[in-house]
Amino acid sequence: MATTTTDIEADIHHAHDDHDHGPEPGLMRWVKTTNHKDIGYLYMWFAFAMLLIGGAMAMVIRAELFTPGLQFVEPQFFNQMTTMHGLIMVFGAIMPAFVGLANIQIPTMVGAPDMALPRMNNWSFWILPFAGAMLLSTMFMEGGGPAFGWTFYAPLSTTFAPDSTDFFIFAIHMLGFSSIMGAINIIATVMNMRASGMKLMDMPLFVWTWFITAFLLIAAMPVLAGAVTMMLTDRNFGTSFFDAAGGGDPVMFQHIFWFFGHPEVYIMILPAFGIVSQIIPTFARKPLFGYSSMVYATASIAILSFVVWAHHMFLTGMPVAGQMYFMYATILISVPTGVKVFNWVTTMWKGSMTFEIPMMWAIAFVILFTVGGLSGLMLGIVPADIQYHDTYFVVAHFHYVLVSGALFSIIAGVYYWLPKWCGRMFNEKLAKIHFWWAVISVNVLFFPMHFLGLAGMPRRIPDYSLQFADFNLIASLGGFAFGLSFLLLAYIVVDCIRNGKRVEEPRVWESAKGLEWTLPTPAPYHTFNDEPSRELILKESSHTGVH
Amino acid sequence: MLNNRFFATLLKILILPLLAVPGMAFAEYGLNLPEGVTPISRDIYGLHMTIFWVCVGIAVIVFGVMIYSMIYHRKSKGAVAANFHESTTVELIWTLVPLAILIAIAVPATKVLIDLENTEKADMTVKITGYQWKWQYEYLDEKISFFSNLAQESRDGIKNEAVRNANENYLLDVDNRLVLPVNTRVRFLMTSNDVIHSWWVRELGVKQDANPGFINDSWAYIEKEGVYRGKCAELCGKDHGFMPVVVEVKSKEDYAKWVEDQKAQMAAAAAAGDREWTMDELMVKGQEVYSANCAACHGTTGAGVPGAFPAMTGSPMVVEPDQLQAHIDIVINGKAGTAMQAFGKQLSDSDIAAVVTFERNGFGNNTGDIVQPATIKSAR
Repeated sequence: MATTTTDIEADIHHAHDDHDHGPEPGLMRWVKTTNHKDIGYLYMWFAFAMLLIGGAMAMVIRAELFTPGLQFVEPQFFNQMTTMHGLIMVFGAIMPAFVGLANIQIPTMVGAPDMALPRMNNWSFWILPFAGAMLLSTMFMEGGGPAFGWTFYAPLSTTFAPDSTDFFIFAIHMLGFSSIMGAINIIATVMNMRASGMKLMDMPLFVWTWFITAFLLIAAMPVLAGAVTMMLTDRNFGTSFFDAAGGGDPVMFQHIFWFFGHPEVYIMILPAFGIVSQIIPTFARKPLFGYSSMVYATASIAILSFVVWAHHMFLTGMPVAGQMYFMYATILISVPTGVKVFNWVTTMWKGSMTFEIPMMWAIAFVILFTVGGLSGLMLGIVPADIQYHDTYFVVAHFHYVLVSGALFSIIAGVYYWLPKWCGRMFNEKLAKIHFWWAVISVNVLFFPMHFLGLAGMPRRIPDYSLQFADFNLIASLGGFAFGLSFLLLAYIVVDCIRNGKRVEEPRVWESAKGLEWTLPTPAPYHTFNDEPSRELILKESSHTGVH
Repeated sequence: MLNNRFFATLLKILILPLLAVPGMAFAEYGLNLPEGVTPISRDIYGLHMTIFWVCVGIAVIVFGVMIYSMIYHRKSKGAVAANFHESTTVELIWTLVPLAILIAIAVPATKVLIDLENTEKADMTVKITGYQWKWQYEYLDEKISFFSNLAQESRDGIKNEAVRNANENYLLDVDNRLVLPVNTRVRFLMTSNDVIHSWWVRELGVKQDANPGFINDSWAYIEKEGVYRGKCAELCGKDHGFMPVVVEVKSKEDYAKWVEDQKAQMAAAAAAGDREWTMDELMVKGQEVYSANCAACHGTTGAGVPGAFPAMTGSPMVVEPDQLQAHIDIVINGKAGTAMQAFGKQLSDSDIAAVVTFERNGFGNNTGDIVQPATIKSAR
């Protein structure tokens, strides 16, 4: 450890002192910062910390499920683990990581000096550690933390929940504020800070997908806030929104929850589509196929995501007409999603491909996300869903789309842009080991869950009958290996920042296109002080022109 | 034990791909849905296999094209990138073809859906009520009603590996099975006493949420005698994993005989409430009732769960003489807003008398209090 962090920071910013004033020295830089990259890095580190915490909980779950019987934890604690694992991964890891990537990348991709609302940007990040701490603190309260699943269905989460649930409710409120402010900032940046030479249909797909996601966030998060507020008044102020004894309806909770919850799953996957759409053209050395159809497909998915929510609730006693409508609307989503997958594959077709680390992750994303998408199609068929619903088949499905989908795209994005951020290249040999380790173990972990679900294992159980033993054992082994792979990722990233080989070339990857690659490497503290010209924007478009 | 199982599993994983007949190897693992024993479960199985193969087909095409270009269109092979990036024709084709495939799936799916949602013309009706953490079955026509708890043998296996491994139906057994006649159109009405549960038996093709305060319905026409096992499918709290469903399907004659036996037993139970019980009788019966109904929360040793479920040992309500009435009251009426249920609806006078006596004299409480069924009857 010859160099210290401050040395590196000095190094990173030394070259640009002439045209930029650098960051404030010391810890207060991070507290007071309004710089989009600083805030983006904070988001990324926070997300990574939460990923490790949520991952540790997954390890507890897999350890308990390693063999039949109760070995390590009691059922109530097990339920806290499944609940907190889900909440932390969704609200603490995946969403903040995407917001972090948006913060770092969007201004550099639209030719802006910074985000449109820098002070709000600071605030929307600094809410997160407090919300996360409040959520985690419930586990140390009397009666334990939330143990009703990340979907917190009433009345298990109202009448029958531990006292700590009120803290959980406020944590959700705070996370919601943060997300909404982040979304407003992204919309304002794209609308107002975009270089005047860049038309909407010139924007890179990562910007497009995030722009659409931001609208989803603004529309969906208040619905969640409404749901938890109704829970709060049911629990404390004698209302009975979700209690039949007072004229309420527990199924209404599910309608409200999933009206948020289904757009939420697209909030976690649309930015992933954007990242992959940036990476594949770079390493296929070919423009993205069907750019405009990608934009329209993203918008269609976003709109459809608001009208399919009750496919999570086929067994709640919906009328048959409702089941039919939600089935048709749901399987309709696979059309625009299919268009995206076909476009990526066609972008690779007749390209001149190389397989650098980000490309490997992007390809893994396309394959494994498609696996998750296909099981999603199966789940959309109501009669079949009767047998799949609330089994490990569902667990396999959403982990394929969220882990080997959303999370893999984040890892791909980090490997893709990290050299640009810190001006150093990661250890490619180690990164290759990391890739194969993670891709193999994630499949050993989640693929057997399809079989477990079809064989009849319900989700969220701490103990199971003996016929499920073998596949659980395999899944647990895969889980432990996959969990360890994140320690390697941490090492690779830290090693890159501290000791990585210098990269001077602005265009870190040979044929990368986009305004971000016209900036010096490492990217200067303030991004574009001068607006990029229309000529430059067209030349750097990743979807038109010669690659 | 763990190591042996571990290596046995590893060995099986290694051997699995080598077996020439995959069907044989897979049978043991339970890789797929069963076809089941009702027309609906068979239709679902058919749909499941159809969509499965459609998905496999799509995957083979997409991944095939991808792998082909990864092999042949790589720079190291001298591939030069083409520059096409748009084709309305191609986009239209891969929008319309999937749409056609989806419609082809949706048509049969809709037919099955309409059939399975049609609960009319039932020959008999069973009302199923979910409780934390057991099922109540009420035969509305026969006026038979009973509770179905996790079998004691399974409960004993949770923390005892030898007992667990000796029980092939570990966590899949109950004390009282739901008995149904073969070749009869049975309508199920589902509801719940507390939180949402979901009653699920794969072989019947029935899974339906049981919502508190509302009634859902479903149906089955079971064509084969036998025992079919299922589980609660909706997270319902601490012991969600420990409330199995067991359905025993008998011939119509055997079912009629079973109905007579049940009625006789219910009459006997009612008579038991009218006589004086001895301390020993109450303690034996009380332990039985306690394990089935109370132990899940208050613990087999009466220690409870601090902060969530009160302990029995030394609890003022259980040991103070002037709290006897309150003790009986909470067992009969429950405590609103908590997981403590109103057991008055679930247990007979003699059951409640026995369990209250057991709680006041077990767990080192030794108060010497004896509660008779007659006391419970007047307390109701």
